[in-house]
Amino acid sequence: MSISAAWLCLRGVCKREGLRFINQRGRFFAALVRPLVWLFIFAAGFRSVLGVSIVPPYETYILYEEYITPGLLGMILLFNGMQSSLSMVYDREMGSMRVLLTSPLPRWYLLLCKLLAGVSVAIIQVYVFLAIAWFWEIRPPLAGYILVLPALIMAGLMLGALGLLLSSVVRQLENFAGVMNFVIFPMFFASSALYPLWKMLESSVVLYWICALNPFTYAVELIRFALYEKINWLALAVVCGCTLVFLAAAVVGYDPQRGLLSRKDGK
Amino acid sequence: MIKQCWRYVLSDHALEVESVSFNYGQTKALSEVSLSVPAGHFVALLGANGAGKTTLFSIVTGLYAARSGRVGIAGFDMRSNTLNALAKMGVVFQRTTLDLDLTVMQNLTYACSLHGIKKSEARNRIAEGVGIHGLEGLERRKAGSLSGGQRRRVELCRALLHRPSLLLLDEPTVGLDLGSRSSFVAHVKSLCTTQQTGVLWATHLLDEISDDNDLYILDKGQIVSSGVVGELLHHTKVPDIAGLFHSVTASGVDHPNTAGNQINSSVQTS
Repeated sequence: MSISAAWLCLRGVCKREGLRFINQRGRFFAALVRPLVWLFIFAAGFRSVLGVSIVPPYETYILYEEYITPGLLGMILLFNGMQSSLSMVYDREMGSMRVLLTSPLPRWYLLLCKLLAGVSVAIIQVYVFLAIAWFWEIRPPLAGYILVLPALIMAGLMLGALGLLLSSVVRQLENFAGVMNFVIFPMFFASSALYPLWKMLESSVVLYWICALNPFTYAVELIRFALYEKINWLALAVVCGCTLVFLAAAVVGYDPQRGLLSRKDGK
Repeated sequence: MIKQCWRYVLSDHALEVESVSFNYGQTKALSEVSLSVPAGHFVALLGANGAGKTTLFSIVTGLYAARSGRVGIAGFDMRSNTLNALAKMGVVFQRTTLDLDLTVMQNLTYACSLHGIKKSEARNRIAEGVGIHGLEGLERRKAGSLSGGQRRRVELCRALLHRPSLLLLDEPTVGLDLGSRSSFVAHVKSLCTTQQTGVLWATHLLDEISDDNDLYILDKGQIVSSGVVGELLHHTKVPDIAGLFHSVTASGVDHPNTAGNQINSSVQTS
């Protein structure tokens, strides 16, 4: 694989994803409305009920809206990752996935291109959300807007790789509703997106450990710390590790020699 | 092994399939299938629905992996030299695989980028392809707004942009009206001579095959007959391809669900 062929492929896949995104404006608004509803309605409503003490990376007491903002950024990435995997199942059913998989580049690279294209689209949504949140007085330090970018890319890659893995396992579009119920919602709610982990510990030790073992918790914490100009090394390590594991498993899932399709061959 | 590799390197065939078998669980889909497509030849793969044509295409394109047998494309082994093999192959799948939200130009540009064709070269090739395949004036239209025949032409144009040695078409005329169908078949056949592309055309429609074409008949996952159509008809002393199909598949018209009956009905409805 030459560098120029690899670059042309990456550019082509990203451009296609961007064009599809522009053509599907409803998808853009839907992706934005979801976290905005949480910010404007849920967070505002629960502001007085849910008190948050000073927890790192915050150095003072903060409003609940401010606490859940990184979680909502994670939500955008999570939903986008699942949306990408849904579109991959759709592409596979509709056949356009075949065009990608029969092009003369290593399959792992083609999947990585697909992943990067999905993450790029999600990051645009994240920044639009942050811009709207700014008017809602969610104003992290200015440098945080730049420093959060690598964290968003890492978290987006991890969640996108998870989506990719799911798309290699889920064979029909109809089964995807189940995935939404069993993956997205438990991942989101059983994490530190809405409440700090110590709050979970107060209510249930089991729930605390579920949250502590949830990779989405680390994606949110990585974003939270980066947004406030800090690094959470544990979160970074977990996110990197999970990305590699999910991506490797997805590549195996899409490999005709070793993946699910070949298992149908009874020999 | 080295001997085998050299055989592929020296091969003048666009496609060589040797003893390929494939099972779906306990169901045998392909059994010891062997066929070849010489450069510049139009080879028809005839079989009723469920005969294994699409499975064979999936193996040739690398989407499925057969546990036994070998596939060679333009001298490159599909298993050991996958990327070179894929670079020499263009495919038109059974179902439309265009991005319907994107324009014709965007679809073609995307295909160029997947094959590592640089922007300026891609522009030239697309312009040339648009001319050859009669797509002038459609470049800015969304693929979703095109007719079935136009979409097929765009897909054909896309499959040839990287100038492959082998063109695979899996029942590409399904859903097209008679006029579009015959002009599409004639167009693909002309490509064999003008571009020296080897074509493997899977179909269950008999009128798409002429006497001078190479033919393989696939039945229940096995090649049951092969050769030049005219010669096969001469040797078996049957009047037409439908008769030939019946004689080699032992499918009687009295049985409503036989492969032969499907072929018959395809001819009648086409």
